[in-house]
Amino acid sequence: MNRLLSRMIPRSLLLIAGLLLAGTASASEVELQNFRADYGNVASMQRGARNFMAYCSGCHSMKYLRYSRMAEDLKIPEDVLKANLMFATDKTGDPIKSAMPAAAAEWFGRQPPDLSLESRARGADWIYTYLQSFYLDDKRPLGVNNTVLPNAAMPNVLWELQGWQKKSEAPAESGEHKAAGGEHHGSGFEQVTAGSLSPEEFKEFVADTTNFMDYAGEPGKRDRIHTGFKVLLFLFLLLILTYLLKKEFWRDIH
Amino acid sequence: MAITPNPYKTTGFLGWIDDRFPLTKMWKDHLSEYYAPKNFNFFYYFGSLALLVLVNQLLTGIFLTMNYKPGAETAFDSVEYIMRDVPWGNVIRYMHSTGASAFFVVVFLHMFRGLIYGSAKKPRELIWVFGSLIFLVLMAEAFCGYVLPWGNMSYWGASVIINLFGTIPFIGPDLVTWIQGDFVPSDATLNRLFSLHVIALPFVLVGLVFAHILALHEVGSNNPDGVEIKKHKDPVTHIPLDGIPFHPYYTVKDLVGVSGFLIIFCAVIFFIPDGGGYFLEAPNFTPASQLNTPEHIAPAWYFGSFYGMLRATPSAFGTQIWGVLVMGAAVVILFFLPWLDKSPVKSIRYKGPITKAAVTIFAINFVLLNYFGLQKPSPTVTVISQIGTIIYFAFFLLMPWYTKIDKTKPVPERVTE
Repeated sequence: MNRLLSRMIPRSLLLIAGLLLAGTASASEVELQNFRADYGNVASMQRGARNFMAYCSGCHSMKYLRYSRMAEDLKIPEDVLKANLMFATDKTGDPIKSAMPAAAAEWFGRQPPDLSLESRARGADWIYTYLQSFYLDDKRPLGVNNTVLPNAAMPNVLWELQGWQKKSEAPAESGEHKAAGGEHHGSGFEQVTAGSLSPEEFKEFVADTTNFMDYAGEPGKRDRIHTGFKVLLFLFLLLILTYLLKKEFWRDIH
Repeated sequence: MAITPNPYKTTGFLGWIDDRFPLTKMWKDHLSEYYAPKNFNFFYYFGSLALLVLVNQLLTGIFLTMNYKPGAETAFDSVEYIMRDVPWGNVIRYMHSTGASAFFVVVFLHMFRGLIYGSAKKPRELIWVFGSLIFLVLMAEAFCGYVLPWGNMSYWGASVIINLFGTIPFIGPDLVTWIQGDFVPSDATLNRLFSLHVIALPFVLVGLVFAHILALHEVGSNNPDGVEIKKHKDPVTHIPLDGIPFHPYYTVKDLVGVSGFLIIFCAVIFFIPDGGGYFLEAPNFTPASQLNTPEHIAPAWYFGSFYGMLRATPSAFGTQIWGVLVMGAAVVILFFLPWLDKSPVKSIRYKGPITKAAVTIFAINFVLLNYFGLQKPSPTVTVISQIGTIIYFAFFLLMPWYTKIDKTKPVPERVTE
């Protein structure tokens, strides 16, 4: 009977592996580029904050992030914050609200969503890929569509920087590129007109913006991770001490 | 027998207390002179760890409640307030959310321990029954807590679960409205679940935990050999020969377990608090919206097996109540384990090959059932879940038969390690 068991176990493991594979092979969406947000790259997040305030905050709020918190975490001096990153009427303790009136819903078909938690709801990969995936499409009212979010209501606000691209028929180019904290594979677009940034610079731009949005998703992330290392160091010491204590107490138990 | 105040004749300040409150007696009865078998193994860490996680949930819950504002308009914002503006609020919240998952991990392992070593069998039936009640209340508590952040998954999860009551013939739809206090999950629903989550259910839970431990200390702990250590006592001291005082031996040993557990627990809290989307789901970072259904409504990971059984059961006779009944029965059947096991031996060590195979298949099946309960529905998933459901129930319902005919090995008189 034990032999039976030992024969059964490998078979059941094979079965499990097969079932797991069968369960996961159902991805039908566009493959997202891989972007690992770098919570330690303050310079990149500062540029991302600048990008966000210049290109996004006109329509999108970040209502759970206060200017003052952002300045403190990203080491932005108060005069720079006030002069370059804030709406003149806001106070530093205010959250980042958009300039968009409620009527915007009528212009775009929906109110531009708040982006405080976009990185947590969708993930950094999604944002990084989305911002690079606008392409010309005559069928859409604004003449532009997005492969990541088909029929997106959002226009391509970064067209001046990126230029225009169209969907390429050729398969996506392979290869990796290291942007500020991110890396990705080619995306299957063809450039139609050039933008003011080179493709490499544009990727850096998007990487910075994504880094900033990842920060905005949980401003306490960096402190949390730094604390985590100290906590774990303490716990490993505690484990050693408690183990020695246990051995000492249990010496007389046989 | 009347209660004798201060049976140990303590003096001084302690004596003053012992004359009025059984402090020394309780200390001795439950710790320093509670004799536990000396051969506890790895699986015996999970009882004390469950207690640790319970305390963690209660303490972090207190601080979360100080800053959380129940209500459809305020809940989501207040959770983000905790995450951003409350000092260390993000860590406190992660301790609580990770604690919920950790609770189910340690409780599942704790229950599995009871299953393999026959800890539910006579004379420990009531310990198991109290434990099963704890599990039931824990599931309700976890569900209520899951709804509180009022993210979109909270909302739709609440909707799916509460609508299970809608399958009850005749009164179902009205019952759902009555439970929700509205026609859809709403402000009223959220406040009700908040009340249950922070007062009613924890109160019941703590009470049941006391009953669980009191019942345990009345009959004494089982052990991996499934032998009763009270059968062999020292003739002079009347202390079980294979027993050692819980304190200090198991208090120091459990500290090792606690340290090891905390390393894993804190690694999750500080480095991967969303647990790869299983402990905190991505759709729950968008506020609840009645208009925007998530692509795939999955329950929290620890409900996967039960949800899988619910989905796997087809509707019949024009009603879907069968799935709800099957899911309910999957929990209720746990209560009967002590009486389903007809084997003359307790521990898996001395049980026969049929029982060993049954337990192995059951454990693998439970994990698979859980995994597929979380996947998007498809014909394949349904068939696998249906097979899994049958195996789950067969394990319990056939137990009286296979434990009786199975060969057993002789059980030693004393513990083996």
